[in-house]
Amino acid sequence: MKKLGLIAGVLVLGLSAAACGGAKVEDNAAGAPSAAASGSAAPSAAGTVKIAINGWVGYEASAAVVSYLLQHELGYTVQKVTLNEEPSWQGMESGDVDVIIENWGHDDLKKKYIDEKKIAVEAGANGNKGVIGWYVPEWMVQKYPDITDWKNLNKYADLFKTSESDGKGQLLDGDPSFVTNDEALVKNLKLDYKVVYAGSEAALIKAAKQATDQKKPLLMYFYEPQWLFNQIKLVKVNLPAYTAGCDADPKKVACDYPPYELDKIVSQKFADTGGKAYDLVKNFSWTNDDQNAVADDITNNGMSADDAAKKWVEANPTKWQAWMPK
Amino acid sequence: MVSAPVQMAPPVPAAPRGRRLARWAPPVAGVVAVVVLYLAFKDTATLPHDDDARLFHHLNDVRDWVDENRNSSPIFLFVLNYIRLFVADLYTALQAALVALGWPGLIGLTAGLGWLAGGWRIALVSVAGFGAIGVLGKWDASVETLALTLSSVALSLVIGIPIGVWAGRSARVRRIVTPVLDVMQIMPTFSYLSPIVLLFLIGPASATIATMIYAIPPAIRITALAIQRVSPTAVEASESLGATRWQTLRKVRLPMALNTIMLGVNQTIAAALSMVPLVALIAAPGLGVDLLQALARVNVGAALVPGIAIVLIAIVLDRITRAAARPRARARAVRWGGFALLTVVGLALTPALAQEFPEQWEIQIVRPINDVVDWIEANWYGFTGFLNDAVAYGLLNPLQNTLTSAPWWLVTLAVLAFAWWLSGPRAGVVAAACLIAIAALSLWEHGMETLTIVLVASVITIAVGLALGVGAARSRRFAAVLRPFLDAAQTMPSFSYLLPAVALFGNGRFTAIMASLIYAVPVVARLVEDGLREVPQTVVEAARSAGSTERQLLWKVQLPMARSSLLLAANQGIVMTLAMVVIGALVGAGALGYDVVAGIAQQEDYGKGLAAGVALVLLGIMLDRITQGADGRRSPHKKRNA
Repeated sequence: MKKLGLIAGVLVLGLSAAACGGAKVEDNAAGAPSAAASGSAAPSAAGTVKIAINGWVGYEASAAVVSYLLQHELGYTVQKVTLNEEPSWQGMESGDVDVIIENWGHDDLKKKYIDEKKIAVEAGANGNKGVIGWYVPEWMVQKYPDITDWKNLNKYADLFKTSESDGKGQLLDGDPSFVTNDEALVKNLKLDYKVVYAGSEAALIKAAKQATDQKKPLLMYFYEPQWLFNQIKLVKVNLPAYTAGCDADPKKVACDYPPYELDKIVSQKFADTGGKAYDLVKNFSWTNDDQNAVADDITNNGMSADDAAKKWVEANPTKWQAWMPK
Repeated sequence: MVSAPVQMAPPVPAAPRGRRLARWAPPVAGVVAVVVLYLAFKDTATLPHDDDARLFHHLNDVRDWVDENRNSSPIFLFVLNYIRLFVADLYTALQAALVALGWPGLIGLTAGLGWLAGGWRIALVSVAGFGAIGVLGKWDASVETLALTLSSVALSLVIGIPIGVWAGRSARVRRIVTPVLDVMQIMPTFSYLSPIVLLFLIGPASATIATMIYAIPPAIRITALAIQRVSPTAVEASESLGATRWQTLRKVRLPMALNTIMLGVNQTIAAALSMVPLVALIAAPGLGVDLLQALARVNVGAALVPGIAIVLIAIVLDRITRAAARPRARARAVRWGGFALLTVVGLALTPALAQEFPEQWEIQIVRPINDVVDWIEANWYGFTGFLNDAVAYGLLNPLQNTLTSAPWWLVTLAVLAFAWWLSGPRAGVVAAACLIAIAALSLWEHGMETLTIVLVASVITIAVGLALGVGAARSRRFAAVLRPFLDAAQTMPSFSYLLPAVALFGNGRFTAIMASLIYAVPVVARLVEDGLREVPQTVVEAARSAGSTERQLLWKVQLPMARSSLLLAANQGIVMTLAMVVIGALVGAGALGYDVVAGIAQQEDYGKGLAAGVALVLLGIMLDRITQGADGRRSPHKKRNA
């Protein structure tokens, strides 16, 4: 408390002259007009765009291509900010983030940051179709054909037991920050399973590969777009069908995930002052196959995100030229 | 900074038989009673976890209120937001200044500082260290990390030194400050991220503040110690000559304490550097981002490089500040002349050389490391899997089942009794109160799960640390081989250890245990070694001449005499293990650590995360009191390491 008083004292003394009305969070030098668009074509003279990087490689692929174009075609500087999904929205409030390039639903955040706080705005779909669900390796479906119906999962719970699952079946989830209703689903569908967090996309992929190679049972949370589906076969388990609004209360969800139209979110400030950078972000839209190609290069072909983006840009001029601001 | 005083063990009284029986009887009776009560009341009065607890909703409401009033409440408008702006500006200014120097300029300046502090040797270390960072290809991220470290160290010193001076001069202030610092040092670093984010949002500002909280205790502690140690005759002389209090402080106390205060600076920097990677979780730039990304991709090589870069920064800053704490040797003109020369040469090279660190000088080490890891993964799978399962099924699961199926009052009673027996009534009451508070936070079950992992990890850590420490104390050669490994392991950022553990053991609790083993063993081993070495040679000689075998010497003489060091080692080992086990949530170790991570990442889990942070602090205090009290009760002259 003493410290706080001290800091506060120093600050009030030092800054009271500067602004008497108090400081709002947007008054931040670090987050000041980040993309002051000017007509200059010289590299990085156009301004800086801060793009959030969420923790899966598909997201990174989209961000890499947009960054590449911003830097090399429009002369912006791009600052990539590695963050989880929800903190990325907070980052728009603090001025640390201008763009979220692949947003998965998040209706609650849209309500809070777009409708109520008016800090963020939608910038349209990015063309990717998102699927979230529970998957098992293909060999399991051949051996236990009825496993793809959720009603039979309890029958097979013993197969999925691990040292971490408390004597129940293990449902392997990814990063705790990913969009997931799995704990509620397990509870509300009365499944004899425990959700165990692997911690990351890479850990899920590793588990899927091991389960396929070593024929180990595995039930896991996974999603599309995802390059891994080009390498190994995973089969989706059918949960009770999704109907509009069945997932309104996150604690009472008992239905499948909705089909996602992945979209872009930008900060209000960026929408107002982002100029050509904002236009490019708004126009950006590509297919799951496009994303998977770039993600595959990043993950499996040892390319940096920037190199993979360059390769895609050089191979698909007609696609990206359509996004360029007129 | 560990200064365990040499202590003679009290002579073992030749107690009569009846007395001796009484000494082991109460603990045995206690254990029997606990077992009987457990069997009788198993599965009653358990506190199963409820995600929907009312407290969590209340905390969510608090969060919502803060979110809505961030731009209207006077506390935010006039205090918190200004703090945030000020700290953000400080970071931005420092970062811009370091970037403006250019890489040759920064290396030149550092070399100059090294020369100023300790001569050409330190200057050379500085050039080599920072040059190596460039060669590793991590220059830009390292500069950001350096800026973040320096801004939080600057804040720590500006705030910490005055408090330290105050505490050094007033016993009453010291009594208030010491327990607060104790708690600050026990708190797992993870636990205060979410309250800070609530107050200051994410970004470099809150990252700097979080780092400061972790780094400030040594600055205060060591300053207070330094001021206390200033010779009272000098102060009296100054006062009798008519100096005012301010003059005495400025001209006598501070200059005389300066060298010790520099050691405080040194410790503050070390603490800041170990926290800096973790704050990447709340959008701080720098090497931590690379580490987090490597973790997300399970890429060991990619994690090792930023880890080494942080070690290099730590070594350079450590050597400079350590040298600065020693008395000066050269003439003033020579020292400042050399400083100016080196800095100017560096700055002059900046425009001449490229702006970016030249890419052709960089070397790639990621791939070879990953090849090794892949090979181990592919070939040792059976062994690592067996180890994981053995620990999980043999130790973790049974212990966790016992703790969660026992009534909460029985666990609390058992802890109360154990702490009382080991450390006295006060420790017992504090420990029991902490447990009850965890129950009140609606986090009993998760608390027990975390406790399980910490207990198992601590036992393994202390066993390994003890073995290494004893080995090092008995063989100079072994100590010489071990030392560089321990040094490196101690400076690496704690969560770079998760990576090798994840690669070898997959995700789960055992991985967290392995990581905490790497993290805490060096400290334990070092304390054990120092303690054993401090046993007076004469005593050892006497025991030898009395015909003791080496084994008897170790068990009957050396270990008992080094008891206070051993207890300190156990205490430090347990506290560090807790910190690491919590971070282990990033790789699926679950429990309270997971609640904190989820609280940062998911809106509806915010309240649970906040409560879990508090529960972790309570768990830390509990474990610390139980073990630290043991030290305190039996040796009245205990000294906590700074």
